[in-house]
Formats: sequence, structure tokens, C-alpha cells
Amino acid sequence: MAAAAAAAANGGRSRTLHRRQRAGPGPAASASHGGGRGDTGSVSGRKDPFPGPAPLPRPRVKRFLRGTKEKAPRAKSQRLRWHLKLSGQREEAAAARAARLDLLLPEEPGFLEADPGEDTCTVTQGDIAEAVDIASAAKHFDLRLEQFGPYRLDYTRNGRHLLLGGRRGHVAAMDWQTKALMCEINVMETVTDVAWLHTETLLAVAQRRWLHVYDNQGLELNCLKSFPRRFTVLMIFFSLFLQNDKGFLQYLDISVGKEVAALCTRGGRLAVMAQNPANAIIHLGHSNGTVTLWSPTVSEPLVRMLCHRGALRALAVDPTGTYMASAGLDRKLRLFDLRTYRVLQELVLPQGAGHLAFSQRGLLAAACGDLVQVYKGVGKEVPPQPYLCHRPPRPPHGLRFCPFEDVLGAGHGHGFTSILVPGAGEANFDALENNPYRSRRQRQEWEVKALLEKVPAELITLDPTQLGHVDTASLQQKREERIQRLGFDPQAKAKFKPRRRAKGNNLLHRKRKVAHEEQRVNTTLHPSTAAAPPTHASPVQCPCCTAADRWQ
Amino acid sequence: MRVKVLSRNPDDYLRETKLDLQRVPRNYDPALHPFEVPREYTRALNATKLERVFAKPFLSSLDGHRDGVNCMAKHPKSLSTVLSGACDGEVKIWNLTKRQCIRTIQAHEGFVRGMCARFCGTSFFTVGDDKTVKQWKMESPEYGEEEEPIHTILGKTVYTGIDHHWKEAVFATCGHQVDIWDEQRTSPMCSLTWGFDSISSVKFNPIETYLLGSCASDRNIVLYDMRKSTPLKKVILNMRTNTLCWNPMEAFVFTAANEDYNLYTFDMRYLESPVTVHMDHVSAVLDVDYSPTGKEFVSASFDKSVRIFPVDKGHSREVYHTKRMQHVITVKWTSDNKYILCGSDEMNIRLWKANASEKLGVLAPREKAAMNYNQKLKEKFQYHPQIRRIAQHRHLPKSIFCQIKEQRIMREARRRKELNRRKHSKPGSMPFVSERKKHIVAVVK
Repeated sequence: MAAAAAAAANGGRSRTLHRRQRAGPGPAASASHGGGRGDTGSVSGRKDPFPGPAPLPRPRVKRFLRGTKEKAPRAKSQRLRWHLKLSGQREEAAAARAARLDLLLPEEPGFLEADPGEDTCTVTQGDIAEAVDIASAAKHFDLRLEQFGPYRLDYTRNGRHLLLGGRRGHVAAMDWQTKALMCEINVMETVTDVAWLHTETLLAVAQRRWLHVYDNQGLELNCLKSFPRRFTVLMIFFSLFLQNDKGFLQYLDISVGKEVAALCTRGGRLAVMAQNPANAIIHLGHSNGTVTLWSPTVSEPLVRMLCHRGALRALAVDPTGTYMASAGLDRKLRLFDLRTYRVLQELVLPQGAGHLAFSQRGLLAAACGDLVQVYKGVGKEVPPQPYLCHRPPRPPHGLRFCPFEDVLGAGHGHGFTSILVPGAGEANFDALENNPYRSRRQRQEWEVKALLEKVPAELITLDPTQLGHVDTASLQQKREERIQRLGFDPQAKAKFKPRRRAKGNNLLHRKRKVAHEEQRVNTTLHPSTAAAPPTHASPVQCPCCTAADRWQ
Repeated sequence: MRVKVLSRNPDDYLRETKLDLQRVPRNYDPALHPFEVPREYTRALNATKLERVFAKPFLSSLDGHRDGVNCMAKHPKSLSTVLSGACDGEVKIWNLTKRQCIRTIQAHEGFVRGMCARFCGTSFFTVGDDKTVKQWKMESPEYGEEEEPIHTILGKTVYTGIDHHWKEAVFATCGHQVDIWDEQRTSPMCSLTWGFDSISSVKFNPIETYLLGSCASDRNIVLYDMRKSTPLKKVILNMRTNTLCWNPMEAFVFTAANEDYNLYTFDMRYLESPVTVHMDHVSAVLDVDYSPTGKEFVSASFDKSVRIFPVDKGHSREVYHTKRMQHVITVKWTSDNKYILCGSDEMNIRLWKANASEKLGVLAPREKAAMNYNQKLKEKFQYHPQIRRIAQHRHLPKSIFCQIKEQRIMREARRRKELNRRKHSKPGSMPFVSERKKHIVAVVK
């Protein structure tokens, strides 16, 4: 900032000098050259020791580049080549700009470093609460709710509101940072699971028989008559995924209120479910140790992985969609790479993990027996290091990391505990996606825009960027149809014609050569027909099956 | 032990008073923006659908002529003035903001064959069936004065078109031959002719101002250089060209409106094959005019429709038609790139928007930003089948729709016949002729 101001001042001074010296284009020209003028220099004669824009580290820029550049064959048309070059340059410029804006991010992520010789596992919550400021210390609290059974919990997507549901029917919604209670009801039935819908105005409770939807004042709005044991809410698609006792996986669109798909998983009773936040695929854990991946458009599982030797107990997928953590009855905690579906790391836990959760920055929380353990360095170091440990009053029944905060919520038999985990939450949020400090008006605007850009269920695939790829199969088919319609290939290279005629009197040699070339022309056009006479193949086999039919 | 827990100060994220704007901190990390491609695709789909919803291009109809509108001219300095000449010899000057006729002149007996405005905007010329060229003042006559031309030139033959030089006091008329006149003289400076048939239109090049192009009835387009007083070269097409128009941004490019339902964009240096063949009309193309940006042009056709073509594409991006609009004789693109005027033979001049779904008037900065974003999204996803299907769909009158189908069947039949002939003849005896070269007969220098 100082450098820029100095440069502008220099430019101003030299502008007046120039006006005295020559009556040329003057002010406009020199004003535009401000501090970057070359040999004329500034009035003081000093040169900028760091000319040009600040250098950007390549890994930082790479973070903002989407996808990999496919090595396409060199385009034939010059215009296309120019277009591709231009769009490549624009992408690089956009990534560089975004990387530069990284400097303006206001917050830094949290951390915990133990003294040399000490282990971070031995640091207690009390120590952390003493060492940090009051506001952060207030984020570690215990709610003693002993009457109404083990609690399940959920945080809203912006990490501002907390929903608690006790087994014996107690449902409470609150703003946990200001401790302002929104509503507290008893639904008078067994509650198996609770979740927020897309905003903090609606919540869903899986009760004994049916799924009920309430608003945040406790009024019942809707009752969905299908029996779910577990369910998750998909935000981008405004939908609920439910799994029930009979092994059915249901997909409900809550924005229009329609059931999109009911898939029979044929895996028996389902108890374990996780959603991949990066591509909206549902991971189900079965009692034979397999994990199956489901999309609402396909009635068969997309992928079937054998994960454990016994039944699965818990599943979690990290927010970037690269790793999956699974815990089974064989007391092992396994980390899978979701690109290759292979095991990356394996941990043996003395008691096995009943619940798993990933934080936004890649920390993994596991509820082992009555202990909550947080692991760091998932996927990077071998093995993942235990980072923190905490024993809530009772064994935990629900584990969730709070988005954008360094807090892990654990619901247990005696209520709810909020645990401080430095470095768990993403430090800088994007206000147009999820804003913990949004006002009512902003929430309403966000809801309308989210509904407008609601992605239809047909676009749930293993690769969310599939729409951005070139559909080579369709292109090939179109090209073949065009060749058959025109009778020749407009994109084929022309035959090579030698410039000078062959010397000598071998007319016969020449004739033989030409005949050979003619035969080659026929075979390239119609590889099906063998040698001699040039007859074209019969017209297209199935006239109904064209490239356009793919899209119907 | 060193520890830091994420702790945000609400004062940094909340506004101080109700009168402030809300704070919107941004983080462009892709990890915080999942499902980018499907969400952008959905937004592009919505944008395309909304564009079709808001596509209401017809603005108004200028009523008043008592016979079909034959020619139009733009005022070079005023965006709100346009001149039109009708088949009963009447010339009307219109104010586009009030959509009213401000002046009527009975200019000729018989058709007004052509009109053009002088580059300074103070006067305009008309030619008519009564073999005269008349020059009129652009200002309305004072109270008590008669409508009199400044200057009248009597000729020996009927003149069919006129165009004024873009910089000098010279104009050219065409009829039996192309005459180049100096404004002060009553006889032409020079007469250029090549061939024996009548010439239907002549146009000066706006950039290389000494160049002229003309279209003759013997199917050729002749180019002249005013400095040499001989014709330069000509290209003979399959069918007659009705008019041509020079690209205001590219010096050597012109587009010719032909009787064989196509338009041909030529580079004057390489007349052997046109740069592009624009095919979409189902009847003869009568007039063509370029947009001031030089990237698009509009064409008027005998098939009661007006089409807008991009210069580099072979098909139209837009078609305008109305039940009440009959054969469109003349078309103009206004100099602010926003409106299209077309005159048809049912005595009306219609005013259309060049971009059908554009919002006219002053836009707020947020509106403009949202429109730019939507435009970029539409461009990004324009090749996806669902989006392309919606974006290119236009309602067509039944006659045009049926004609298109019929002509497609005819073209397919011709293609199949050619394919069969090629199949059953000696390889190499039937060379492949590209679509571009098919319509050119010869180029003569």
C-alpha cells in the first residue's frame, strides 16, 4: 500500500516536470504509467527492487485449478486452437487471482502444540479452556439431561444452531453459541434420530413409527409415513435419504415433496449410513462387512467394497470425498481412498469405534467405548496420530463436528458435551455459501437462491464434474453417422500426393502403385469389406439409435 | 503447550447499524463450493429458460405510408431519425422516440427506388421511377415555405439505386450503368459498366472509401475503384444478388443477399469462394444490413421474416416474424446496435429489439452484473443438448416451417442421388465440391 502510494506521488511529480519540458500527450500518458515507468524513472531516481506482481507459490495456485488438463490432440482449425489457448490462459489467470485473494482471509485455523516430551493426548479440556480466551472457553460446556435418555445431535450447515434428540422423546433446538433456546418439546414417542433440514427453521425427527417434521418453534408440520432408523439430509439437492428396517433406501425430495426413488438394497437390516459430501453418494454399511455406494438413479449399488471381517459399526466420509473411515466389529478402524477403493491405513482399537465423524479440516473423531478420540493426519502420516482424548460422563451415542468452529459435539446418556478440538473447523467461511452470522433477510435470500439452483437427482454420480467433460462416446457416434450420410469423411487427411513424378520408364511400376493406392482408399472408407471392387457398405444399421436418442 | 482455538469477533462480521450494508466475507477455496458444475449447469438452464420467457422483441409499428415501403435510410448523426421511401413516391421522415412521422414529402411520381443520406446529415438524396435524382434538406421547411428539393438532376434512364460517399461530396447511382457524380455537377464524373444488363444496387465501402460494389441482373457482383474509373473484378454466382452491404469494421468484407435464399459473405481479395454461406431463409433474400459492431447482420426476405446472422456462423441466431408483416423489402440496423427497422410491402415499418430479451433503459449495477453472469453461463454451457435445445427453439409461422421441411427433403434427395452416382462411378471421376464453391460460377478480373 505504501509502495503504491509512493509510486503515485512520484508519478504526479514527474507529470508536472514533463508538462514543463514538453507539450506532448503529457498528463494522460504519464498518469497511466504512474509508478511503473522504465528508463525515465521516478524523480528520486530509485527503481522498484521488486518489479511486477508478487510471485505466487505454485501449490497455492494449483489448489484453485479445477481438474486436470487433458492432453487433447492438436486441433485442426486455427480458430479452435486459439480458443483453447485463450481459455487456458483465462483459467490460469482466475486461479492466480483467487490465490492472491487468499492473503485477505481474516482468520487463521486453530492449533495445539504440546511441549517437547509431552503428548497432545494428555492435554485435558480443562487445560485448553484455561489457556484460551473467554469466548472460546465458553464453547466447552456440558448439558446434564439425565432423564430423557441417550442423545443424538445435529448441527446446522453453518454451525450456528444445535439440535438434540433424546431417546425418550426430548427434542431441543438452540443457538449453542449464545445459548438461546429456540424450542424444547417432548414428542411422547421414542426418538431414533434427529436432523436439521436445509435451514434452522425446519427439523426432522425419526420417531417410533414415522418421520415427523417440525418447525423451530416446536409445531409439527408434516408426518412422513415411512419408518426410518437413520436418515441424512442432503443440502444441495434438498432431499432426505432414509433407510429402514426392511432394507429399503428411500430418496425424498423435500422441496417438491415427492419420493424420487426407493431402492431395495438386499443387504438386510441397515443401521449404518454415511453421505459423501463431495458427490452426494450414500454409503451403506452391511452386516457382512461390505460397504455399498448408492445413487438414486441406479437400482444397483454403484460400488461394492469389502471392508471388514465382521459387521460394520460406523462409517464416515471426509468433506472432500477422498477418504472413507470405517469401523467394524473386528475392532479395526480402516481408512480407504475413495478414488481407488483401497485400504490406506489400518488401526487396531482395543474397543472398536461405535461412531465416526470427520471435521472440515480432516480430523477424525472416533467414539471408542466410553472414550472420544480425535486423530490427526488422516491419509498423510502412517499411522494417523491420536491428537486429543476426552471421556464424556457416559458412552457417546452421537458425534458431530461443528462446521466453522473448533468444537466437537458428543451426545451421550447423560446429555450433551461440547469438546474443544483446536484446528478442527475451517477458519474462513464463504458468506454466499454458509454464513454463521447471517441475518433473517440473508437466510431468506439464500433459501430462494438455493431452491432456484437445486440440482435434479439425475445428476448424482460418482464424479460430480461429469457434466464438464466432453462426451466422447456421443461425438464418435455422431461422426460415424455423418460419414455414412455424406459418403466421405470430411475430417480425414487428404491423400499424400508426391510433388515430383517418379523418374524412369517404369510405367507398369507406376500403374501398380496407383492401383495399390486406390485399394487403400476403399479399405479406409469401409474397413468391413475386404479386397477388390469398391462397393460401399449398406446404410446405417439401426436408424432409430442415433446420438440424439441418448438424451431422451 | 501452545494452543489457539478459532474465535471470531462478531463485530468483524456483523454490520454496525441498520443503514449499513451486510458484510459478505468470501473464500474461494473449491473445497467450500461443492457441486460447482451441476449448480452452474442448473443456473445456465434457468438463465436460458428465462431468456426465452423475456424474449419480446417487437416494439412498435410506424404507420402512415399509403403504399409499400421500398427503401430506408439512416440519419448519420441522429439516432432517433429514419427516412423511408414508398412505392407511391412518398418520402417520410420519422422520429423514433415519439414513433411519429415528422415530415412527408411527395418526392417522385412512381416508386422511390433508392435513398441515401449525406455523411454530414444536412441533406439526403432520392432517386425515383421518373428518372430524376433529387437532393432535399434534412431540416423541415420554415413556416410558409414549400417542400422543394435543393437540386434536381434529370437523367435519360431510370435509376434503381443510389449511395453517397462516406467522406467526400460524391455520390453514385446505378441503373443502366454505374454513374459517379460530383454534387455540384449535373452530369456524372464517370460511368462504369461491365456487361449488358441493368444494375440493381450500388454501395460505397465505409472504410476504404474509394471502393464500390454493385449487383447486376446478370448474376454478378462487380467491384469498382473510384480512382481508376474502371471496374476492378467481378464474381458470377448461380443466381442474381439483390443487394450487398459492406462490413463497417472489416475493410474488405461484404455480404451479398441472393435470390437462391442464401447470403454470401465475401472477402473482396479472394472472391473464388465466399468466407461463409448463410442458409436459413426459405425465399429470396431482399435486403441485408450490418450491425455497427460488424459481428452480425440482419437480412430481410420475401418469406415474410427477418433473420439475424452472426458473421462467422452459417445459421441465424434469431428470426422475427408477425402475422401482419408481409414480404419484407428493406431492413436497417440502427447505429446504436440496439434496434432493427424493417419495412414491408404492407405499408408499415416495424421497430424490433436486436437482442430479443434485452432490458431497455438504465440498469442498476447489480442488474447488469447479474445479466453479465447469466450471459457468461449461457455461453459456457451452450453446447449441452438440453440447453441448446431450449436456446435455439423459435416459433415459426406454418408456411415457413413447412417450407423448411420441404427444402430439407429436397436437399437430402439431391445428396442421396449424388452419393449413389459417386458410388457407382469410377473413383475420382466425381470430385467433392465444397458447399462454398458450389454457388460460384466464375471470377473475372
